[in-house]
Amino acid sequence: MRRGLSFVNVTALALGLAFLYLPILILVIYSFNASRLVTIWGGWSTRWYVSLLGNQAILDAAWISLRIAFLAACVATVLGTLAALALVRAGRFRGRLLFSGLVYAPLVMPEVITGLALLLLFVAVDIERGFWTVTIAHTTLTMGFVTVIVQARLLGFDRSLEEAAMDLGAPPLRTFMTVTLPLIAPAIAAGWVLAFMLSLDDFVIANFTTGPGARTLPIHIYSEVRLGVKPEINAICTIIVAVVALGIVAASLLTKLSGAKPESSGAPL
Amino acid sequence: MNGQHQSDNPVTTRSGDPAASPLVRFDAVSKRFAGVTAVDGVSLDIYPGEFFALLGPSGCGKTTLLRTLAGFETPDSGRVLLNGEDLTRVPPHRRPVNMMFQSYALFPHLTVAGNVAFGLKQDGLPQEEIAARIAEMLALLRLEGLEARKPHQLSGGQRQRVALARALVKHPRVLLLDEPLAALDKKLRGETQFELMRLKERLGLTFVIVTHDQEEAMTVASRIGVMNHGRLVQVATPSEIYEQPNSRWVADFIGDVNLIDGRVAEKTTVVTTVATTPAGTIRAAASDAKPGDSVAVALRPEKIRIGREVPPASLNAVEGEVAAIGYLGDFSIYKVRLADGFVMEAAAANVARVIERPVSIGDRVWLSWATDAGVVLTQ
Repeated sequence: MRRGLSFVNVTALALGLAFLYLPILILVIYSFNASRLVTIWGGWSTRWYVSLLGNQAILDAAWISLRIAFLAACVATVLGTLAALALVRAGRFRGRLLFSGLVYAPLVMPEVITGLALLLLFVAVDIERGFWTVTIAHTTLTMGFVTVIVQARLLGFDRSLEEAAMDLGAPPLRTFMTVTLPLIAPAIAAGWVLAFMLSLDDFVIANFTTGPGARTLPIHIYSEVRLGVKPEINAICTIIVAVVALGIVAASLLTKLSGAKPESSGAPL
Repeated sequence: MNGQHQSDNPVTTRSGDPAASPLVRFDAVSKRFAGVTAVDGVSLDIYPGEFFALLGPSGCGKTTLLRTLAGFETPDSGRVLLNGEDLTRVPPHRRPVNMMFQSYALFPHLTVAGNVAFGLKQDGLPQEEIAARIAEMLALLRLEGLEARKPHQLSGGQRQRVALARALVKHPRVLLLDEPLAALDKKLRGETQFELMRLKERLGLTFVIVTHDQEEAMTVASRIGVMNHGRLVQVATPSEIYEQPNSRWVADFIGDVNLIDGRVAEKTTVVTTVATTPAGTIRAAASDAKPGDSVAVALRPEKIRIGREVPPASLNAVEGEVAAIGYLGDFSIYKVRLADGFVMEAAAANVARVIERPVSIGDRVWLSWATDAGVVLTQ
C-alpha cells in the first residue's frame, strides 16, 4: 500500500530533517568558505582543507584519536563478544543478572560520572594518565555496545547448527571457529565499527582520563574553539562527520546482514 | 485417552532375528528437564539393519531419547550402548552416529559441497577421497550440479536431500532422523519416504527415525516403538501395532478405531465374548482377559461392513442410523448412531464409480464384522 505524501507529511519531514541536520549542513558549507571570518561568506574554497594538512597539532590529535579508537574497539569487541557468549550460552549461572547489569551499566551511565570515576581510579592506582588511560576508558565505555549487538545475534542463532557440526565430528572449539564465529561475524564487525565510532567522537570521558601528550581530536577541537572558531575547525569537523556517517552506514549494513536469518529456511544472506 | 502403561518392567522387544545382538541398547534411560520427566526408564534394543521408528505425540520424549543417542542429552540415569560399548559419557563428536535434523541445520555460509564435506574434513581425510565421497553421495541423492549452491538457493526438497547426504557421507553406524520430512509437502513426503527406504537398503545401514506421523512410521519402519509420557508403550512391527494394539491408548493413537466398553462374559481358546451396552454381545478375538474383566473392544472402521440387508448370523451385527458421511475419494467414512446414542464409525472402499442406491444420511443400516475383527483390550 503506497500513499503519496501529503503537504503536511512533506512539511513535517522537512522540518524534522532540518532540525536534525541543518546545523551540520551549515558547518559543512562554511568549511568551504573562502573567508577567514567564520560568519561571513566569502565564496567557495577548499583552502582550509589544504591548510589542515599543514596543521601538525590537528594531524597529531587525529592520529592519537585513531590509534585509541582502533585499540579500544578491538579490545572492547573481544571482551564484549565474550560477555555476550556468557550471557546467552552459559545458562543461568550465579550472578547472571548482576553480570548483565554490570555489562550494560556504562551504556546508561552519564559519561561525566563514568569519566570522573575512571579518573579517580587512575589517580588512586597511580597510573600515568595519557594514551593508555584513555584507551582503557574507551574500552570500558564501548564494550557494552558490542555485547548488545552480539547478544541479539546469538539469541537468534539456531543452536542445531552447532549440534550438527559436533554431530559431524567437530570438537566444541572447532565448532565455534568454523560455524558459530563465521555466522556471528557480521554482528561482531558491526560492534567493532560502533565501538570505533564511539571512541572517536567521545570528548567527556577522554577529557577526564587523558594526560599530557595524549590530546585526542575532540579535545583538541574543543580547546581550539574556546579561543574562537577557526575555519580549519569547520573543515576537520566536516571530515569527522563524513567518517562517522560512513561508519554508521557500514555498521547498519553489517547489522542487517547478521540479522538476516541464515537458517536453512533460506533467507538470502 | 487414558495414559495407562504396562507394569514397571520395560516393554520387551523382539527383532526379526533374535539371534542377532543389538546394535543400539537403551538401558533404563531416564531424563528430566526442570522437574518434567521427558524420558522415563526406557529400555529398548535396536538391531543391525533395522529401520526403527520412535512414534508418539509431541512432548512424549521421543526426540529426547534420540538426542541421548546422538549425545546432545546426557541421561540422568541409565546407559546408552552402541555395539555393546557404553556411549553414555562420550561427547557427540566422538560418536559413530550421525543425525539429520528437523530444521536440516545446513550451514548457511557453506555451499552444498562444503556442507557435505564438513564431516569428512573433521576426520582429516585426504582431499581426493573427500572429493570422491562427495561426488558419490551427491550422485546417490541426485544432487549433481548443485555443488556450488548455498542452502538458501535450494528448494525444500533439495535442502532435505543435502541434509541427508551430509549425515550419510560419514557412513554412520546408525543414522538418526529427527522428523526428517515434517517440512515437506504431502506429495514430496510420500516420495521421500520410499527414497529413505531405498537408501537404507542400498547402504545397508541402521536407521532410527523420530516422527509424530503414524502413517510415516507405518510406511518406512520395520519396527515401531510407540511412546507416551516418556515411556515406551508398545514395540512391534507396523502391522502388529495396528492389528494387535496392546492398550486403548495405542489403538486410539494409531489410525481410527471404535472403542466399545464392556465386560467379558465368556471365553474360549478362540473367541472372547464381551457384553457391551451399545452393541450387545460381541464375539471378538481370543485374549488374556478373564470372564468378568472390564475391557474394551477395539474395532477398526475398515473392518466393519455397512449395508441395508440383515447380515448372516455368523457375523457380529448391530443396527443404527447413518448420522454423517465423509467422502474421501478412495474411502467413505460413515458415522452410524446406534440405539443408545453410541456413534460407530465404518469405512467402505468406493469400489464402484456409480452406486445405484448409495447409503445416505438418515438411512437405517446394519453394521457387521467378523469375530476376529475385534481386539479385546484390558488396559
